[in-house]
Amino acid sequence: MTTTVMRFEHVVKQYGGGTLAVDDFDFSVRDGEFVSIVGPSGCGKSTLLKLIMGLEPLSGGSIEYSAAARSISAMTGMVFQQPLLLPWHTVLDNVLVPSALQSRSRRKADRGRALQLIGMLGLTDFVDSHPYQLSGGMQQRVGIARALLHDPRILLMDEPFGALDAMTRDQLTMDLLKIWEQDRKTVLFITHSISESVLLSDRVVVMTPRPGRIADVIDIDLPRPRTLGTINTPEFGDYARRIRRVLDGTEAVSS
Amino acid sequence: MSIHELPTTQNPVPAAGKTRQLTVRREAKPSRRRRRLSDLPGWLLASSAVVVLVLAWEGIVRAFSISEILLPAPTRIVRALVDGFTTGTFGSNTLVTLQEIIYGFGIAVVVGMLIAIWISSSRLAEKTLLPIVVVLQTVPKVALAPLFLVWFGFGMESKVLATALIAFFPILVNATLGFNSASVDQINMMKSFGATRLQVLTRLRFPNAVPSIMAGLDVAVVLSVIGAVVAEFVGSQAGLGYLILSSNTSLDVATMFAVLVVLSVIGLVLHYAVVLIGRRLAFWSEENRSRNVTP
Repeated sequence: MTTTVMRFEHVVKQYGGGTLAVDDFDFSVRDGEFVSIVGPSGCGKSTLLKLIMGLEPLSGGSIEYSAAARSISAMTGMVFQQPLLLPWHTVLDNVLVPSALQSRSRRKADRGRALQLIGMLGLTDFVDSHPYQLSGGMQQRVGIARALLHDPRILLMDEPFGALDAMTRDQLTMDLLKIWEQDRKTVLFITHSISESVLLSDRVVVMTPRPGRIADVIDIDLPRPRTLGTINTPEFGDYARRIRRVLDGTEAVSS
Repeated sequence: MSIHELPTTQNPVPAAGKTRQLTVRREAKPSRRRRRLSDLPGWLLASSAVVVLVLAWEGIVRAFSISEILLPAPTRIVRALVDGFTTGTFGSNTLVTLQEIIYGFGIAVVVGMLIAIWISSSRLAEKTLLPIVVVLQTVPKVALAPLFLVWFGFGMESKVLATALIAFFPILVNATLGFNSASVDQINMMKSFGATRLQVLTRLRFPNAVPSIMAGLDVAVVLSVIGAVVAEFVGSQAGLGYLILSSNTSLDVATMFAVLVVLSVIGLVLHYAVVLIGRRLAFWSEENRSRNVTP
């Protein structure tokens, strides 16, 4: 009963200047699957998310996704590389931004869920704080809570931990795993960290640099639930090395 | 293996010249710092300095018996100020100028903000209007005051409009800058959560512009005072600018200084009102958070 949630059909993205960012990206994401997209910087992995969200027009091919949701914007939740919080809003109001954009009554109705999410991410004491009073890791937690507010079936994450220090990064990665285990959303996770992708994913899509093509798709058959200890298993190392080899191969071709 | 575990070698390559074994040792010291004058709060120091200067002024005027027409003593100015408000026409003239400032500033705020919103919500308006604004900004607005006199007469209207014209540009420019200060990432974030174009404008770009708008209002409110007074200089029958001119012709320099005091107080009060409102509204802005000294 693996149904396809998101289908990329020969997606091509060429920017106005002529740069070919994504070329012939053909891929299907199954329901409840955690998919990481790994590649060197500038391989168009972030562009893919922009294409999904309709923030950039496609140059070729098509993207289709479907999920049960109240509205189109509630189908997906997006976490960005930067927290991108609104500095004049409190933590609670920031988490409620997706609801507030719909209607005042929606915002009121979702208040309880927002508080619950804030609690789940360990920010209960900071509900009424403003972003500038929080550390980078805490700000990104608020960003994650905001993305989860509508309980979207599809979670899009654009190098969400890229701007954090190593320790905060590990912690948030584990928190994300725990949250994902609860209801197994379909996640599209963009990263340039091989270990992050292996630890989190069911499948890892390795991209080539400029133009971004699929170099390989690797199934990660590590048992769940995974912990930080998983990193020390020989299987983990095998997967990481395999991805590294594919990445090195693509770079050798490109240079 | 790490860099910290490398064996430390003593002088692997002898440096030129003689070297000796040097040791630096720092210890806790009981703080017995002498209290300095600069430890006193800024407001106290600043106001003491003013008092000293005024006393010196008074002293010099008296010691050299400087003519009142050249430089009246502070006590003489205070007397002129009190006389002006009790028996003279300071009250009514202050009211006239204050009205000109407020009306002019108000018109500038409304028109400036509306045009800024227009420019920032339409690419077409931005491309056609913004270059015009930039060019017009360099025109010395004060030079237009005589023209306004011809167009709108000797009454308050010409002064209000001259004031509005001067205050208009900093508001427009700063508001436009502020509305455009939202990053592409922030706009994408709002769109990804389903924000419409209008919502991006009202929920992101407007609040984002508040610190910049308040900075513009601060400049504009100070310019409004200048605008009103200059417009009165050009031709008027009432107002503080008129009072300066008329006391100048009658060689009543003390009254002139007294009017200057009134104008400064108006400027200060308006400036601080804008600054305080700005700090309230834009408490989150980087500038306001790093500020710990009141200007």
